[in-house]
Amino acid sequence: MDTSTQLNTELNQQHLRPQIDKQLEGVGDAALKAKIEASEVNVFYGENQALYDVNLKIGERSVTALIGPSGCGKSTFIRTLNRMNDIIEGCRVTGRITLDGQNIYDPGVDPVQLRARVGMVFQKPNPFPKSIFDNIAYGPKIHGLASSKSELEEIVVTSLRKAGIFDEVKDRLSEPGTGLSGGQQQRLCIARAIAVSPDVILMDEPCSALDPIATARIEELMDELKENYTIVIVTHSMQQAARVSQRTAFFHLGKLVEEGETETIFTTPKDERTESYITGRIG
Amino acid sequence: MTDIPLTEEIRSDWLSPGQQKNIRRRYRADRRLQIYGLLAIAMAILLLGILVFSLVRTGYKSFVQTKVTFPITLDSQRIKASDPGRGNYRVIVRNAFRALFPDVKGRRPLNDLDKILSSEARFIVRDRVVSNPDLIGKTVDFTLPLSDPFDQLFKNVIPAELLALTRQEVGNFNSLKNRNVISLVDGSTVLQISVYIDPSKVNSDDISAGNFEALLKEGLNVYFKGRIGSSIESILAPDAASVIQKVVEADPTVIGKVLQVKVPVSEYYDTLNKGKIPVTTNPRFSSPEQIKHFNSLVERGMLSTPFNWELFFNSDSRFPEQAGLAGAIVGSFYTLLVCFLISFPVGISAAVYLEEFAPKNRFTHLIEVNINNLAAVPSVVFGLLGLAVFLGFFELPRSAPLVGGMVLSLMTLPTIIIATRAALKAVPPSIREAALGIGASRHQVVLHHVLPLAMPGILTGTIIGLAQALGETAPLLLIGMNAFITSAPGGILEPSTSLPTQIFSWADSPERGFVSRTSAAILVLLGFLVLMNIIAIFFRQRFERTW
Repeated sequence: MDTSTQLNTELNQQHLRPQIDKQLEGVGDAALKAKIEASEVNVFYGENQALYDVNLKIGERSVTALIGPSGCGKSTFIRTLNRMNDIIEGCRVTGRITLDGQNIYDPGVDPVQLRARVGMVFQKPNPFPKSIFDNIAYGPKIHGLASSKSELEEIVVTSLRKAGIFDEVKDRLSEPGTGLSGGQQQRLCIARAIAVSPDVILMDEPCSALDPIATARIEELMDELKENYTIVIVTHSMQQAARVSQRTAFFHLGKLVEEGETETIFTTPKDERTESYITGRIG
Repeated sequence: MTDIPLTEEIRSDWLSPGQQKNIRRRYRADRRLQIYGLLAIAMAILLLGILVFSLVRTGYKSFVQTKVTFPITLDSQRIKASDPGRGNYRVIVRNAFRALFPDVKGRRPLNDLDKILSSEARFIVRDRVVSNPDLIGKTVDFTLPLSDPFDQLFKNVIPAELLALTRQEVGNFNSLKNRNVISLVDGSTVLQISVYIDPSKVNSDDISAGNFEALLKEGLNVYFKGRIGSSIESILAPDAASVIQKVVEADPTVIGKVLQVKVPVSEYYDTLNKGKIPVTTNPRFSSPEQIKHFNSLVERGMLSTPFNWELFFNSDSRFPEQAGLAGAIVGSFYTLLVCFLISFPVGISAAVYLEEFAPKNRFTHLIEVNINNLAAVPSVVFGLLGLAVFLGFFELPRSAPLVGGMVLSLMTLPTIIIATRAALKAVPPSIREAALGIGASRHQVVLHHVLPLAMPGILTGTIIGLAQALGETAPLLLIGMNAFITSAPGGILEPSTSLPTQIFSWADSPERGFVSRTSAAILVLLGFLVLMNIIAIFFRQRFERTW
């Protein structure tokens, strides 16, 4: 059976077709306004090279999905975008990654400030073992974003609202964040990232530890958030990539194999490896 | 469905006798392992039980103190109201106590009587009068401790009388009885003995100068075949030689012949022969009269054994009945305080640097290995270091808790560093990532998130390290904290003892009172250790968080 036809059939069967079509409206290579631009990025862990000459543009106010089999370097790549790799001993990054035209690996760039601008949500929900309020308030506090207590409260409430979790937790802001369910914890982490008003939110497999219902809520949330934020998501689920992203990049063995509009990647992939992966032959 | 054939060779017959045997063997191995574990635990509990039991058995008597209650007239002639601290309390207390025994006369008997009361009693009276000068001129009931032998006697630790003869001595006497050479003459026991009146030892010209002792010994030698010694010679009464002398004086012709004589045996053997057990007054007491006086106090119901608060509120003393642990407890407290103030911040800083900031290279690896080695260094070596460096070079005061704490902190540092590093390692990396991910700097990550989460583990490690330091003796001995100090230290620079060194010096003392006080002090030390471990468990549970 033809691969793209098969995928289309699958997507149609899951009633996802209209959603994808809607998301793809007006998005094309020409319309892509790059927020982040990576060129010739190589990453080394000691002697081992994890990424080879990656060139990728990430569009502003859209969702870009990074897919690929395990160990292909997609998580490594997403972590170069906010310099989280800096804390890994022996990790070396070469090449250029610009955020709004400025190279984030310039010596003048402070990685701490960068991480406030490029927030991150991790695979496993990792709220601080503090109250829900403190979880959100911590970022604004250390960055001095709130000048008064009421302002801080406002930031917390706004962030929780934006992350779509406010109604569930408004009565128990002083309870520990670790007492929430997995999906709520992950949305709390998203709210925590939003609280420092970043431009970009990186999500490293944000739904892999969640059940389908919680996953659906996070995906809805991403859809809303992309109105204001640039989102990069690493995912193992191709359906998820198809559902939430406008653009998709396929990584394989440390190389960026193919990137483009999500529909194109999933319906008419240019590269043989992409096709093999999305049809489930490698992975 | 599948092309792979399932051959009979691959399949196992789970019901075959071989398999059944295999399964049974596996279960047996499981049970054996369980039994070994249970045995090991039972052994540990048994040993611990024996330790605690033996300590409690010897130590519990120190938690009460024998005291005598009697009225003392605080004569205003002897105590000036203007300066109550300098009155002649020795005479006041002595006379009041002697008044209980009006029959006792003479210098020695009165001295023996005085020894029943603790020689520290006058200071107790003085302190009470000083704190309450209104008592001067009145007659007040005082409850004062007895001296150590009588305290031990009242607690049945030592007997008033001891067996006068050893088992060997009784055996020697019985062997004589079996030879039928022991008989009763005129109500006193005599030994029949053959004595060769050696002319070289007894001269007929001057019989009184003869060596009759030597003749007796030779006569006894016949019965004991050369095993003669002081324990055998003691069988004979001191006047035995004179009995022979009299015989020879009465009939000098016996010189040069063998004489059969009956000589008296000594008092204890006489008692033994009459079917009683010979006893003697315990040499810890001066005289049998002393014990009579004591017994009369018991009969008059003047003795009591109240709880021994002095054990906790007094400092060391030469007299066991007055010796207490206050100085040692305060000294240990100051020592541990210094130890904590040094090792806690330094240990945590070192551990945080090594775990969170240090690059992983050969140099930091070397440091790590050396810290682990430091934990294994015998504590006495640290004591020598303290002696050479802190006392010798920096000339810090001897026996001071400051130096003790500094030496002990060298010991606790590696423990705290290792425990802190383990606690930091146990904080999940996701917490660090979460904080870094919203733009916290590395010190914010450590101070705001990692350290608070690691704190229960750090505190547990610290308290265990301090508990170890509390029981450490050797380094404190080397810097002189086993000195005899009769007051609690007022600060970290004053000379002091500590609990373990106090135990060490009491264990070395010959008085019986110190034996049980040593056990009591060990129990107090163990009590503090248990308390510290309970605090450690409390911290662990109180601050433990889940993520």
